[in-house]
Amino acid sequence: MSIEVRGVGKRYGDFIALDDINVSLPTGQLTALLGPSGGGKSTLLRIIAGLESTDGGSVEIEGVDATKLPPQKRNVGFVFQHYAVFKHMTVAKNVAFGLEIRKRPKAEVKAKVAELLELVHLSQFAHRLPSQLSGGQRQRLALARALAVEPSVLLLDEPFGALDAKVRKELRDWLRRLHDEVHVTTVFVTHDQEEALEVADEIVVINEGRIEQIGSPDELYDEPANDFVMGFLGAVTRLGPLRLRPHDIEVAVTPGVPGSSAGVVLRALRVGFEVRLTVDVEGQEEPVLVVLSRTHARALDLELGSRVWLSPTTGATAVPVLGVASA
Amino acid sequence: MTDTLVAPSGPARTTSRPGGLFRLTPTSGVGLGVALVWFSVLVLLPLAAVVGAAADGGFDRFWSTLADAQTFAALRLTVVEALLVTAVNAVIGTIVAWVLVRDQFPGKRILDVVIDIPFALPTIVAGLVLLSLWGPESPMGINIVNTRQGIFLALLFVTLPFVVRTVQPVLIELDADVEEAAASLGASRVTTFRRIILPSLVPAIAAGSSLGFARAISEFGSLVLISGNTPYETEVASLKILKFLEGDNQAGAAAVAVLLLVVAIVTIVILDLISRRVARRG
Repeated sequence: MSIEVRGVGKRYGDFIALDDINVSLPTGQLTALLGPSGGGKSTLLRIIAGLESTDGGSVEIEGVDATKLPPQKRNVGFVFQHYAVFKHMTVAKNVAFGLEIRKRPKAEVKAKVAELLELVHLSQFAHRLPSQLSGGQRQRLALARALAVEPSVLLLDEPFGALDAKVRKELRDWLRRLHDEVHVTTVFVTHDQEEALEVADEIVVINEGRIEQIGSPDELYDEPANDFVMGFLGAVTRLGPLRLRPHDIEVAVTPGVPGSSAGVVLRALRVGFEVRLTVDVEGQEEPVLVVLSRTHARALDLELGSRVWLSPTTGATAVPVLGVASA
Repeated sequence: MTDTLVAPSGPARTTSRPGGLFRLTPTSGVGLGVALVWFSVLVLLPLAAVVGAAADGGFDRFWSTLADAQTFAALRLTVVEALLVTAVNAVIGTIVAWVLVRDQFPGKRILDVVIDIPFALPTIVAGLVLLSLWGPESPMGINIVNTRQGIFLALLFVTLPFVVRTVQPVLIELDADVEEAAASLGASRVTTFRRIILPSLVPAIAAGSSLGFARAISEFGSLVLISGNTPYETEVASLKILKFLEGDNQAGAAAVAVLLLVVAIVTIVILDLISRRVARRG
């Protein structure tokens, strides 16, 4: 295990940011800490990096107890949401910083900087100042700078949070490819479930200072441990006693499917290739959301006021609605 | 990957466009006109007049005034004291600004207000304040009147806020995550300060120091009471100018004034150059 977190907690006055966190992050993996803002995931990352102290418990990095070590001694690369580049230094100087303070020979520093700038596609900008780079370029610079000292773990705090959607997507793919190339144990914090599902080998869902679930993207999506995880990883709707995903509901225009619920289409919204239906189901107060493909909707000839019969698709991920199941 | 080149966003505002280097819109033309007229009436014309007055007596007169041993002593004392005061302020002012921004302690808000008092007081009052503690009736038994230490202290007093007030906002604006980034890259507190924080502060320190220096070489009010005005010993340039004027020697006064002007300009330019170089080097 590359990072072992045991019994870590953090309070700010009355507010409990982290409550008895235990997690092991295996070597060489790309792990996402996923959760809503203020849930404690950034605090956990900063505790691993030594930028924040823990109230109790221990942090072990590569088998070394790092709980009391200052950030300088943890050999951790950290990438911040707002880049935190050294504005008065050129791109090359930024990357060289960690190596220069380690007093590495000049030639070695130069070679390493050139190699890293190549890796992050910034070679032609080596002599620019960060203010002359775009946001995405600055974040790649920050990554190169963190990688320069050959950290045992790379920690990224909402690394793409300040970028626009398109650049975000590009950098996300690029981070995945970079990780496959460099293989450094990487942990990144995100509140974007799509980002986590797409990039990570493993996802740790954190909410209100506690870990809700740890697992691969597929495990989390298919077998959410609870309501929160299910709701956080994608859209959820309620059909009778079950909570399930809107695309996991079968729509029929005739009765007959056993266990199906009858309803009336209240609204139909077409977004690109999909159609989102709002269905008023008999005996249920809140309407059911259903997503189906446009072709499918056309084949069923659905329109406002159509009578439909809804049932969960076979093999659908569903969890019982809290309160209903236990009652 | 988008490697789109972002245009350098330097300080230059006058972008050259095809068809002329400085083409102004009507509004910016009016603005520039107002600024220039204002600047000319208030600054450039009076300065030119002083230079003219100094030149009035001819170069020989100008030169003999400055070469006069007593005048030279006054000028040297002024510049040396101002340089010393500026050096002290650059260090202490930065420390005070650091404490005010980074540390939490009771009375911080009060201290933050008190810093401005030397600046807000009429300088003659500043002189009185110092005199009551360090004068002939000093409760501590230390009399600094008519000594160079007295001049040094008075100048320190009136120039205290300059560096503090220029460095403070820059320190507040510094991102904490930049320092954290340096720490996680292995930099010690000292290295982080020297290589990351200080380069960001140097322009502000230089700006504050220039202001402080300019104030120090021109200080008059507080020194009237403190310096004692002994020729060769504690006579400073501004008081020398007064003496020339009282002796109806306009050209002499103007000559000293012009030299002070040159010293001020040279110092400000040098400090600006230093700050540019340091800020770039990192």
